[in-house]
Amino acid sequence: MRFPLLFSIALSLAASVAQAETPRDFLTRFEKEAGAAASAERGGRFFTSRHGSEWSCSSCHTERPTQGGRHAKTEKDIQPLAPAANAARFTDAAKVDKWFRRNCNDVANRVCTAQEKADVLAWLLAQK
Amino acid sequence: MKRTLVLLLAAASFPALADRYVVPKHAAFEEECASCHMAYPPQMLDAHSWQHLMNNLPKHFGTDASLDEKRRVAIADFLGKNAGGRKTGVTADAKGNPLIRITETERFVRKHRQIADAVWQRPAIKSKANCTACHTTAAEGNYSDDNVRIPR
Ligand code: HEC
Ligand code: HEC
Ligand code: HEC
Repeated sequence: MRFPLLFSIALSLAASVAQAETPRDFLTRFEKEAGAAASAERGGRFFTSRHGSEWSCSSCHTERPTQGGRHAKTEKDIQPLAPAANAARFTDAAKVDKWFRRNCNDVANRVCTAQEKADVLAWLLAQK
Repeated sequence: MKRTLVLLLAAASFPALADRYVVPKHAAFEEECASCHMAYPPQMLDAHSWQHLMNNLPKHFGTDASLDEKRRVAIADFLGKNAGGRKTGVTADAKGNPLIRITETERFVRKHRQIADAVWQRPAIKSKANCTACHTTAAEGNYSDDNVRIPR
């Protein structure tokens, strides 16, 4: 009896990985990787500060990411990053991982930790 | 007679199409190479230059534009196949090293020699690479002088 139950949970987990993800799924994933709950407040501070480089995240995504931004170097418009303002955000794992990798490298000169990603996403989700 | 006239009119309205650079359709190129800036036409650099650029994406003009290897190879291949041509000119420096900036190529410099340094630095332009600031239809590959508006 217990075994089929576990089995069906495993199956539904596998299915949810294959399906389109939601911003909440990413938050759960990052919190799990970090082994701790996210802090939106910490995320906001991370997002708006420079980490020893020329740019902060808000240099391109603005300090109010429900608004559109602009690439600090090329001037190209960027759609809002907060999921409340842009339903396409945080729905595609390859895209999310790629941009965290690139943008953290540009801003912090290293990859972001799972905790930092969780915090930033919690803050973005709180932006309405 | 009527047909000749139509042909003549058509020819006059597309003067040799020297100012058109049609970007062939390629989903990965559009997604990956038009996210931070417009898609620069593959015809504006030669294959050697594109190869050099595509081998250095983690350090791409001061920003990290790294890609997974499968996509990188697919886009490099697409750029290589569509590179160069009649309108490309020389895209290497005096020593023969490949240039990776279109804006440093001999053809670009020649076509823009009348633009003063102070114009490039205007806040609404900021960079020579910001083609769309002046060429309002650059994203569609149309560089016709009819569609050039230099912002004040
Ligand atoms: C130099 C400009 C720039 C900076 C600085 C920057 N970004 Fe971005 N970011 C972009 C661009 C360009 C995109 C991709 C274009 C788009 O999707 O609209 C993007 C996309 C993203 C995405 C993809 C989201 C999705 O699902 O579509 C995330 C996440 C992201 N950025 C987070 C960050 C974080 C966190 C920082 C700070 C560490 C940051 N960005 C700093 C320019 C920037
Ligand atoms: C993460 C952002 C980002 C991505 C992704 C990106 N670029 Fe760039 N690219 C830049 C920046 C920043 C510059 C410098 C712009 C400037 O100097 O004004 C640039 C400049 C260029 C230039 C030189 C423009 C000139 O001065 O003539 C070329 C060519 C170019 N990119 C091609 C590509 C190709 C091909 C891809 C896709 C594989 C790509 N870029 C993806 C950010 C990006
Ligand atoms: C400061 C504004 C400005 C910027 C930025 C700019 N151009 Fe131009 N460009 C011009 C002007 C002005 C002309 C000359 C138009 C004319 O009278 O033929 C021109 C001419 C050209 C031509 C020749 C068109 C023809 O008639 O054959 C090409 C091709 C071109 N530009 C490409 C580019 C590309 C590619 C970029 C970005 C990498 C760029 N330009 C950036 C202003 C600009």
